[in-house]
This record gives sequence, structure tokens and C-alpha cells, in this order.
Amino acid sequence: MVYIPNTDAEREEMLRTIGVERIADLFHDVPEPYRNPRLNLPQPLSEAEILAELRDMSEANADLDHVAIFLGAGSYHHFVPSVVDMVISRSEFYTAYTPYQPEVSQGVLQSLFEYQSMICALTEMDVANSSHYDGATATAEAVIMALNVHRRKRKRVVMSPTVHPMYRQTVYTYTQGMNLTIVGEDAPRHDLQALADLIDDDTCCVIVQNPDFLGRMFTPQEMQALADAAHAHKALFVVVIDPISLGFMVPPGRYDADIVVGEGQSLGSLPQFGGPYLGIFAFKKEYVRKSSGRLVGETVDAEGKRGYVITLSTREQHIRREKATSNICTNEALVAIAAAVYMASMGKEGLRRVAELSYHKAHYAAKRIAEIEGFEVLSSWPFFKEFVVKCPAPVQEINDYLIEEWGIIGGYDLSQDYPDLENAMLLCVTEMNDREEIDALISAFQEIAGGALESSVKFYLPT
Amino acid sequence: MRGPEPTIYEISSPGRRGFTLPELDVPEAEIPAEFVRDRLLLPEVAEVDVVRHFVRLSQKNFGVDIGFYPLGSCTMKYNPKVNEVAARLPGFTKIHPLQDPELVQGAMQLMYELQQYLAEITGFAATSLQPAAGAHGELTGILMMRKVIHEGRGEPHRTKVLVPDSAHGTNPATTTMSGLQVVEIPSDKRGNVDLNELKKHLDDTVLGFMLTNPNTLGLFDENLLELTRLVHEAGGLMYGDGANLNALLGIAKPGELGFDVMHINLHKTFSTPHGGGGPGSGPVVCTEELAPYLPGPIVDAEEHDDHVHYVWKMPERTIGRVKAFWGNFGVMIKAYTYIRMLGEEGLRAVAENAVLNANYLQTLIKDVYPVPYGFRTCMHEFVAQGKIEGAPDVHALDIAKRLIDYGFHPPTMYFPLIVPEALMIEPTETESKQTLDAFADAMKKIAEEARTHPELLKTAPHEAPVRRLDEVRAARHPKLKDVPGMED
Repeated sequence: MVYIPNTDAEREEMLRTIGVERIADLFHDVPEPYRNPRLNLPQPLSEAEILAELRDMSEANADLDHVAIFLGAGSYHHFVPSVVDMVISRSEFYTAYTPYQPEVSQGVLQSLFEYQSMICALTEMDVANSSHYDGATATAEAVIMALNVHRRKRKRVVMSPTVHPMYRQTVYTYTQGMNLTIVGEDAPRHDLQALADLIDDDTCCVIVQNPDFLGRMFTPQEMQALADAAHAHKALFVVVIDPISLGFMVPPGRYDADIVVGEGQSLGSLPQFGGPYLGIFAFKKEYVRKSSGRLVGETVDAEGKRGYVITLSTREQHIRREKATSNICTNEALVAIAAAVYMASMGKEGLRRVAELSYHKAHYAAKRIAEIEGFEVLSSWPFFKEFVVKCPAPVQEINDYLIEEWGIIGGYDLSQDYPDLENAMLLCVTEMNDREEIDALISAFQEIAGGALESSVKFYLPT
Repeated sequence: MRGPEPTIYEISSPGRRGFTLPELDVPEAEIPAEFVRDRLLLPEVAEVDVVRHFVRLSQKNFGVDIGFYPLGSCTMKYNPKVNEVAARLPGFTKIHPLQDPELVQGAMQLMYELQQYLAEITGFAATSLQPAAGAHGELTGILMMRKVIHEGRGEPHRTKVLVPDSAHGTNPATTTMSGLQVVEIPSDKRGNVDLNELKKHLDDTVLGFMLTNPNTLGLFDENLLELTRLVHEAGGLMYGDGANLNALLGIAKPGELGFDVMHINLHKTFSTPHGGGGPGSGPVVCTEELAPYLPGPIVDAEEHDDHVHYVWKMPERTIGRVKAFWGNFGVMIKAYTYIRMLGEEGLRAVAENAVLNANYLQTLIKDVYPVPYGFRTCMHEFVAQGKIEGAPDVHALDIAKRLIDYGFHPPTMYFPLIVPEALMIEPTETESKQTLDAFADAMKKIAEEARTHPELLKTAPHEAPVRRLDEVRAARHPKLKDVPGMED
């Protein structure tokens, strides 16, 4: 039997030691009528057979080695240096559990401490935890932390309409038992003053994204003004970030953010169909005892040597039970280690360069698209690596044409989340898109402008 | 590898770099100065610095691939290497979650089949793979129970969740997070939920009961059918914490035993590695009644003449999504691979051998250490006490730390809370008799040392990269980062 080392003879010996005849005797507490049910599963396969099947399944997907991609919307194709996978393939790391026994877990603990340190450096925040599940759940946990800072007495959340739609949905799911009022999603997009006007003395936090879901960058002055408006009512200022943008952008710690959250996938992980990802979670130190998630701290051992431990656990579920700040236990430690390796490898020069390359290429693409008749770049605002294009046809039709004729995965259909943005596509360009790919996208759009959609024959299945 | 490893910042040198990137191949655009930061305090290191640093750190870490890791309730079984190969296939890693479903039919097929397998193995009607971890699955399941009872059945006055005193801390924490109140139910002398105590609380304020079965004492509740009947009669629902599902694969289906909704830890039962704390994956399975409330989207299959077509589907009365995208897909691939390689008989053998190993080890250990429920047959784990006659000053902690010197990862300590000086031991099915014998021998030697040389235990570990660490100092004077140029 695969992965079970004991032989029949050894099992016999063990049963004798226990004092029972058969393994079945060990299951007498399981109600008899329900014991040993049939499992209707496929016949077991050998390693060679399953790998062949999985290879076929994986090849049924259009992967980024074979198509160009201009799709972002919360998952990004940035370069991952080879060292990252090499490090997280060390089975000392990946086959370990949560570091409850620090003396034999210094590798994971120090790596996570360095992850926390580098996230603090990136965001210029005081403290970062060692991860939440992803950007969406980190945002929801930020709301809960803000509620706890206000001892659950405040019941209102102001949330910008250009926070990632899936993050907003996750906030609703997490807080459905908490009787909250969530406002702001009907406010005009990109209007921080309109959000500021919604903050009152019952507001526990205001959440904005920068760059926002549509790619817009807000200036530190604009963000500071909203922070001031929040703080005037003692509400917490929560900022959702893209860590890559902080390669050159002024970090939220410089405009008085109280909690900073974001999706850390871009820091060393491939898109891998949406997970595992990495919830970045950083905050001001005065809130540390209200914070959720694991924290790794530095200390010394019995000989005075430096070492690391999980600390401030009295906030956590295994100590505080129903009074814990969150129920989180397992987090995304290995993805955080990947991010640490990525940030160390890229360093301050590399991360800045990734951000700049993405910015320049996105602006080149936008400029070229704006020249095409029938296409309009709606991003009249400063943007980072994503921008909005109004197309001459529904986004689905455009995307079908792009993949069929050009092998290009087009942008995100914004009408799903913003009904007034009909035929509007959110395009994303990173350092992984070379000029040839961008020019191909331009050519494809030119063909569409020339009426190519009308003449193309669709062979796709109905959806 | 003794001696501290410098931090990545301590090996940084100004101007050093460890990356290459393509040259800019388009005209530069202007970045307005007001957006640009004045400093970025990341380290500057060469590639070789990064590699040596993290490889040296890895050598200060204990994993299942190094040795026996009997951490109770964590199911630290061997992580098959084929899983890692499978999850790294480029057709799985290099696909974007928002690609048109037409372009990711292979990935969606894998998810669909995994949904079906998990429902079949546990005896439920439907699955959502979205939750990222066990506690995330708990939150999902309790929010589903809340919604089905408050809205589906129209009973918003039901706000109490009953939780046994042996439960994981995540159970009460999840209840609070769902806006509900916890009522703790004590265990009886045989380690089961005390039914007389339970009956006192079963009124029309009860939303449901959260039960880990086998429980954290490693025991299958002897009154399970009666318990689920009582809870249902009182109008409540049964939540199953699947942390200990390893004991039941092919042995019993929780969906047939009266549970309404349950989470599964793929990183425990289904052999996916725990990654030093994550990523995990915590799919939720449930009955027909609760299926419309699952988070989503989930994958649905449309039968066509010559093929199956996979589509995203949001359950009609969903509690909403619990994270971005679809779940921890990379982890799902590993669990899928495992299930396909084991099949029905293989999975049943997992449970049988896990329970055999635990009972064997319990038999060996209970001669030397108290095992409060050792009069019963255990399931996949058991709880001993770190109490040694003739060594009153020695505690579970000291025994755990001394085990490190013998080359073993310590068991779970001081949990469950209802057993003083608890040492919770889960060997799993992937350990050989020799390993179990060696561990039992070490435990016996440690008991002897406790009487003859207690200081050996009190000052343990001696053979680890660091000596015992000062956790009180870490909490009193938190130092949570070390970035040159930033305040602590």
C-alpha cells in the first residue's frame, strides 16, 4: 500500500501487542450499520499514470507560456526569480507545521520575521503579521480589527467603490453576523472627498485602495486628506495596496494609514489559478494587541543567543478561544517565505525597476490604444499598471477574438461590477509583456476597429 | 548548524544586486514626482547571498522529511513528492484565475472531480473548495448554519452554538466571529460529550453543535448517534470539525452519522504539506438542505453529447464568497493526486493503519506515562500526561523539549485543555513500527532521566540550533521587525 511502510507481519505483531485480533476490532466505537461504507472512487493509479493524466489536464488550459496576457484585476503575472521556488522546495520548510516548537523551527521563524521586516520596509508601517489567506480576507480582518479597536461600539464602515469587488464581497460575507452598516459603494468613483463626507462618529474605519481597482493612483496629499478626515472622527484609515506599486510609490505609512492590507501574490508567486496567495497585513504599533494573525518576535535563548518565537499569542484562538481577535490558525507561511525570498532577491533596486517597467509599458500601451479609432482610454487619471479602455463591442466578443486570432488573453470585463462601464475593459501590463506582445494587442485592436469582429467566425461553445 | 544566522539586512551591502530584468523596450513615460517615494529600505544582496541565507535557515528547521512529527491533531503524515511535481505543472501554475472558463477547462475539471470525491468520501451532497484553511472552513460552515436557520427556517432567535470543552480554540473563536454565542459543554468520564449536560442547553436558542469526531482526546464519541438526534430534535444543526478525518477514511461517512456540514483539512488528511504554517485548504461539504448556502462560485458540469463542459456556478442562497477567486488551487492539485493514487482501498488502509499505529503507541506509552482514557481504544491519536512518578518538578514541556534531543518533533503540548500536562500524540499511518518503537524507547528513557537527571530535561533541548527560548521576554518587549533605518 502506497505510503504505508508496515508489512502484514509487522501489523500482526502490533495487534498482538495491543491485544486484539484484527484491525477491525479497533473500530468498535463506530456504529455498526455505518461501518466500512463503499467509496465510489476511480481505481487507484500508479505515479506514472496519474502524472500522465495530470499532464493532459494541465495542457487543456491555455497557460502563459503559450499565450500573452493583459489580464490582472487582482492576480498578476510578474517575474518570479528561480531562487524563490528553489527555497520553498526545501522540504525542511514545506513539510514543517506551524512553528509551535521554536527550538526546532528557527528556519521558518526567522524567515517569517524577515518577511514581516521587509513588509514593514515596503509599507513603512510599524508592524506586519506573518500573513492572512489573501488580499480579500486581509481586508475583512482589517474591518474586524477596526471594530475591536472600538470595542465593537461602532457599527459603520465606509468602503470605496473601487476597492476590488471580490474584497468587498468578502467583507460582507465575514461581517454578516455583526449588524454593520457598510456605506460608500454608491459614491462617485475615485472621489475621496465623497468618502470623507460619509465618515461619522459611528464609523470604525474607511477603506480605500491605492492604486484602486481601476488602476488609479491617488497622491499622498489626497490620501492624507482622507486619513485626516477619518482621524477627525477617530475612525481607522485602511489602505489596500499592490505591493509591486510600492517599488516607487509613496508608501501608506507616509500618509498616516492605520492598517495596510493587500494581495502579496505578485511577490514571488505565479497566478496559479487563484491560490495559494498571500494576505499582507500591517498596522500601527498601538493596535498590536487588537490585531489578528501570527506575529513572530525576536528574543534570546537560555545562553543569550538571538532566536525567534511566535509571540503575543494571547490574542489568538488557541489561547483566548471565544475572545480571540480572529479564528485564524493556519495561514500562508510558505507563500510569505516566497515573498521574503522575492523581496530579498529583487532588493530596493529590483522592486523599483519592476514597478517602473510595468508603469512605462502600461503607459505605452494606453497611448497606442488611445490612437485607435473606436477605442477610448477612460483612464484620464494617473494610473500604475492597469487602465480602462472603452471598446467598440462587448468585452467578451473582443476577448474571444483576441484569443482565437492572436493568442492573447484580453482584459477584465468591468461591466460585471460596474453596470455603467459597458464595453469597458481593464487592461494590465507588467514587465512580462514585451513590446512585441503590446504591439500585437494594438494590431488586434486595429483589426477590430476595422470591422474584424463582424467577419470573424465563432467556433466557441455556448457558455 | 549552531550559531545565529545573520538577518538578510545584516548581510546587505549597498549597491549589491541579485536580480536581472529585461531592458525597457518602450519609450519612458513620466512618473509625476509627487507619487515617488524617497526611500525603500529593502536589503541589497547577491543571488548567492540569498540562497545560502535561506538554505542555512532551512537547516535550522525540522520537517516531516527529517523525522517523526507526532503533533496531535495536525496529522503530520508524509507528503508524497509526486504531489509537488503535479502542482508545479506549468499548465496549472501559469494560468490566471479570471481567464475565460473555455481556456481553463482542465483546471475546472480537476476542481469538479475533487468536489465529487470529497463529497463521496464524507457522505455529503455538495462541496465548496473555496475556504483556504480549516478555520476558514469553520467560519464558512457556521455562517451557512446561521443563514439556513435564521433565513431559511425563519428562526433568528437561535444564536447559541454548543462547543465541547475538548474543542480546538478555533471552534469558539469562529462562533464569536460569526456573531453568535458559545456555550461550552463538558465531557463525561469516558471522554464523550456529557449528554445530561447537553440536554440542559437544548432549547430553542440553539443554532447548532460543533463537534470534532474523533475528538481531540482521540476518541470516537460513543453516543454520537444519540447526540446528533438530540441536536436535530431541538432544531439545531450539527457542524463537523474535520480535523481528525484521517481516522474515518473509508470507515464511516460523517454525512451518514448525522452531521449537516463539515470542513476538511486537505493539509492534514489528504497529504498536502503544511508549509511551516500554511497554505492549507479547508473545503466545506454539506447536505442537500445546506448546499444552496455554500460559498462560491463552485464548479458545475454540463453534459454535452461528446464531452463535459465545466462552468462556474454561484449557489442560489450563498453566504457569499469567503475569499478572492476559487480557493487554494495549488493545494487542491496535491489532494486530487493523492486520492487518485490511493482509491477506495488505499484510503481505507490509511485510516486503518493510522488507528493501528496510534493504538500500538498508546499501548507502549501507557506503561510509563498516564493515559487518562487509555482504558478505551483510541482512534488516530491519544493523549498522555507529562507526569512522571518520582519526578514532581518535571512537566510536559520538559519532556517535549527533551524529545528534540532524541531526534523527534515533540507532540502537541497542553492541549486539550481538559487534560493537565497533556501530550497529544498522533503518529499517522506513514510511520513504521521501528519508528514507533524508537519513539516509545525515547519516552521511556526520558522518564528514567526525569528521576535520575531531571536537569537534563529542565535545560533541554541540548541538540537543537538554539537552547530554550525566552517567550516571556518576546511578549513583554515585542520586537517584531528589524529594519536598519526604521524604529522598532
